[in-house]
Amino acid sequence: MQISGAEILVRSLQEEGVEFVFGYPGGAVLEIYDAIFKQDQFKHVLVRHEQAAVHAADAYSRSCNKVGVALVTSGPGATNAVTGIATAYMDSVPMVVISGQVPTPAIGMDAFQEVDMVGITRPCVKHNFLVKDIGELATTIKKAFYIAATGRPGPVVVDIPKDVTQRLAEFHYPESVSIRSYVPVTRGHPGQIKKAASLLAEARRPYIYIGGGAVQGNASAEVTELVRMLGLPCTNTLMGLGAYPGDDRQCLGMLGMHGTYEANMAMQYCDVLIAVGARFDDRVISVPSHFLAQPKKIVHIDIDPSSIAKRVKVDVPIVGDVKHVLRDLIDLMKQNGQRPDAANLAGWWMQIEQWRSYNSLLYTPSSELIKPQYVVQKLYEITGGDAIITSDVGQHQMWAAQYYPFKRPKQWLNSGGLGTMGFGLPAAIGAQLANPDAQVACITGEGSIQMNIQELSTAKQYHTPVKVIALNNRYLGMVRQWQELFYGTRYAESYMDALPDFVGIAEAYGHVGMKIENPADVEGALREAFSPALKERLVFMDFRTDQSENVFPMIQNGKGLDQMDLPPHMRELQIAPFENNRDYGNMC
Amino acid sequence: MRHILSILLENEAGALSRVVGLFSARAYNIDSLTVSTTEDPTLSRMTIVTHGSDEVIEQITKQLNKLIEVVKVIDLNESDHIERELMLIKVRATGKDREEMKRMADIFRGRIIDVTEKTYTIELTGTSEKLGAFIEAIDRSVILETVRTGASGIGRGERILKI
Ligand SMILES: Cc1cc2nc3c(=O)[nH]c(=O)nc-3n(C[C@H](O)[C@H](O)[C@H](O)COP(=O)(O)OP(=O)(O)OC[C@H]3O[C@@H](n4cnc5c(N)ncnc54)[C@H](O)[C@@H]3O)c2cc1C
Ligand SMILES: Cc1ncc(C[n+]2csc(CCOP(=O)(O)OP(=O)(O)O)c2C)c(N)n1
Ligand SMILES: [Mg+2]
Repeated sequence: MQISGAEILVRSLQEEGVEFVFGYPGGAVLEIYDAIFKQDQFKHVLVRHEQAAVHAADAYSRSCNKVGVALVTSGPGATNAVTGIATAYMDSVPMVVISGQVPTPAIGMDAFQEVDMVGITRPCVKHNFLVKDIGELATTIKKAFYIAATGRPGPVVVDIPKDVTQRLAEFHYPESVSIRSYVPVTRGHPGQIKKAASLLAEARRPYIYIGGGAVQGNASAEVTELVRMLGLPCTNTLMGLGAYPGDDRQCLGMLGMHGTYEANMAMQYCDVLIAVGARFDDRVISVPSHFLAQPKKIVHIDIDPSSIAKRVKVDVPIVGDVKHVLRDLIDLMKQNGQRPDAANLAGWWMQIEQWRSYNSLLYTPSSELIKPQYVVQKLYEITGGDAIITSDVGQHQMWAAQYYPFKRPKQWLNSGGLGTMGFGLPAAIGAQLANPDAQVACITGEGSIQMNIQELSTAKQYHTPVKVIALNNRYLGMVRQWQELFYGTRYAESYMDALPDFVGIAEAYGHVGMKIENPADVEGALREAFSPALKERLVFMDFRTDQSENVFPMIQNGKGLDQMDLPPHMRELQIAPFENNRDYGNMC
Repeated sequence: MRHILSILLENEAGALSRVVGLFSARAYNIDSLTVSTTEDPTLSRMTIVTHGSDEVIEQITKQLNKLIEVVKVIDLNESDHIERELMLIKVRATGKDREEMKRMADIFRGRIIDVTEKTYTIELTGTSEKLGAFIEAIDRSVILETVRTGASGIGRGERILKI
C-alpha cells in the first residue's frame, strides 16, 4: 500500500522507538503534523520557540541515552533551530532535527519561507540531508539515526520539501544501513593499549582526566574501576562531571578555568596523564605550551581521531570507544599485575592533599546577603545530591559545577562548548520528560532565564514540575566579573535593569513563584519547593544573591594551569612551588 | 610545506561544498582544487593542493576523513607521485612576438590549439612549477588570459587509491 511521505516519516520515527518529538508547526510541515495527529505511538511536545525544541530534545538525549528528535518548519522555524543544533554539535549530542522545506520545484526561487537549511547548518552538524526523492526518505531517516548515535555522536539535520511529504510511496524501513564512507572505530589498538598500561605502571605522578566522552560513551563504570583499582587521583571536565563520582576522595573536582586548585595543579604537574574522552579544550588547559612546559607523557583515548593531537601532541594516541578501550586496559593491567609504585603514589597523594587542604572553593559566608554558592550547597543537601541539574551560562553555571558534586553521569546537563544562554529551562523540560520520576532543577541567572522564559508555558502544558533556581544577581554576572577584573570596573551593559517580577511571571504562567531575599530563608524555601506538597508543581525560585560575588579560582586568558587567580583567603598564603623530587615524608 | 591531497568522495550533491566549507571554516589554505567523477560514477576524485605545518596537514586529513561523504584521503607527498596541471593561455601574437611565441610553446612542449591573426591560444600540461616557469619565461605584456586547472595527482607505480 502506498502512503504519503509524511506518513513514511512518522512510521520511520516509530520504528526508531521515538518517544517524544519536540517541535513547532508551520506551512512546510503541515502534512507531517497531520500524520502525527493520526497516530499515538509517540508524543509531540509543542514548545514556544524552535530553539527550545532543539534544547529540549538535546537534554532528553543527554539524560536518557536515546537520540533526541526535533521538528521545525522551513525558513524562520529552521533558523530558530540553528542555535540549538550548534549547541548539540559542540557537546557531541546525538540528535535528529527534521526541518520542513519549500516544495522541490520552488527551491532556489526565493520562495516564501525558503532558506538553505542544509547550507546554513553544514558547519554545525555531524551530517545533513536534503531529501528530494520520496523513495529515499525511509533510508535517509535510518541513516540519520545511525550517524547521530554512532562514533562521535552529533546532530543530523534532515530537510524535507513539502511535496516529498505529500507524494505517495510504499513504506519499507531498512533493518540496518551501512555507509561505505562511514565506519566508526570501537576497539582500540592492542599495541597502544599495552603502551598505555606500561606508562601507567611506571608513573610516579599519574592522573586521569575524564571528559564528556566518558559520559556520552557510558563508560562511567570502567573509568571508576580503573581509578579505584590503581588508587589514582582523577578530575572531571565540565562535560565529564559525574562520570567519576564528584563526592569521592579520589576525585579532585573539576579542572580548568574555574577548576579547583588541586585539580589544576595536578594537571600541570602529573607525569603521566590519561585523557579519557576529553579534548584538551582551551577552557581546560589554557595555553598548550605552558601546559607542556612541565614534561609529561600523555595517553589520549578518543573515538574521534581529529580530537587527538589537535591542541596537544600526545605520546600514546588510542582511537576507540572509551568503554572498550578502558575495559581492555583494565583487563590487561589486572592480568599482568601492573600498577604504579605504591611509595611514589603515596607521595603524590600527599602533595595533592596539601593542595586540597587550602580549600580553594571556600567562600565567605554572610548573614545579610545570600551567597550563590550557599544556595547551591543547600540545594545539594535537600535533593540528597540526587537531582538532575540543568543550567544556563554564566557564574551560576560555574557555581553549580563547583558546589553540586555530581554522583553519576547524565545528572548534569549544560552547554559547555557553545555556552548557550537559554539552554537551561527547555533542557529541564526535556530531562523531566525523559525521567518522569526524577527531581529536576534548573540553575539559572536572571539574564539567561529570560532568553527562553516563554518555555514556562510549555512546562505548564506538559506538567513538568521542574524547579527553577534563579541566582538573581541583577547582573550578567560573568560579564561583570570580567569587566571588574580586566576592564577597570566599567560595567558596560552588564547591569540587568528593569527586571520583571519573576514571582508574578511564574504565577501568570500558572506556576508557583517564590522570592527569597534573606540567607536565613534559603533552606526553608528550598525545603518547601521540594516538599511533597509542591511535587507536581513548577516552582520558580528568585534568589536575590550577592551582586559582587565572583567565581574563583580562575585562570585568566593566557595564563597557565598553575597560575590561577585564587580566592581571597588563599592570596596571602605562601604556597611553596611544586618540586619534582620533594621528600614527601617530611611534609606531614 | 606544500601538500597534494587526493580524495575519493561520494558523487553526491553537496559533497564538494562540505569539503570547501571545511577549509574555510577551519582557516586551512586551498591553493588549488580539482574534482571530477571517476570510472565509477558514484565516486568523485578530488585533488587539493594546500600548504601548512605537519600538524595542520594532519588535522586537515583527519577532518576530511570525518566528513561522512569522504571515502578515502591520501597525502600524495607521502610517497612518489606524478603531478600534472593543464593551462590554456591566450597570448598576443603579432609581429616578432608571433615567431617567439611559437618557439616558446615548442620549448615547453605546448601546443597551439587556436590561432587568429592577432592571437595564439596555447595548451600546456606539466607540473604546476613548469606552468609557472612558462609564464615567467614569456613577456608578461603579451599575456591576454590564462586558465589553469590546478594540479591533479596520482601515485607512481602500483600504488592506487581505491575503495
Ligand atoms: C562559562 C564557561 C566556563 C567554562 N569553564 C570550564 C572549566 O573551568 N572547566 C572545564 O572543564 N570546562 C569549562 N567550560 C566548558 C568548555 O568550554 C568545554 O565545553 C569543555 O571543557 C569540554 O569538555 P571535554 O573536554 O570533556 O569534551 P567534550 O566536549 O565533552 O568532548 C568529548 C570528547 O570525547 C570524545 N568522545 C565522545 N564519545 C566518545 C566515546 N564513546 N569514546 C571515546 N571518546 C568519545 C569526543 O570525540 C570528544 O573529543 C566552560 C564553559 C563555559 C560556557
Ligand atoms: C546567547 C548568549 N549570549 C551571550 C553570551 C555571553 N555571556 C556569557 S555569560 C553571560 C551572563 C549571563 O548572565 P546571567 O544569566 O544573569 O548569569 P550570571 O553570570 O549572572 O550568573 C553572558 C551575557 C552567551 N554565553 N550566550
Ligand atoms: Mg545574573
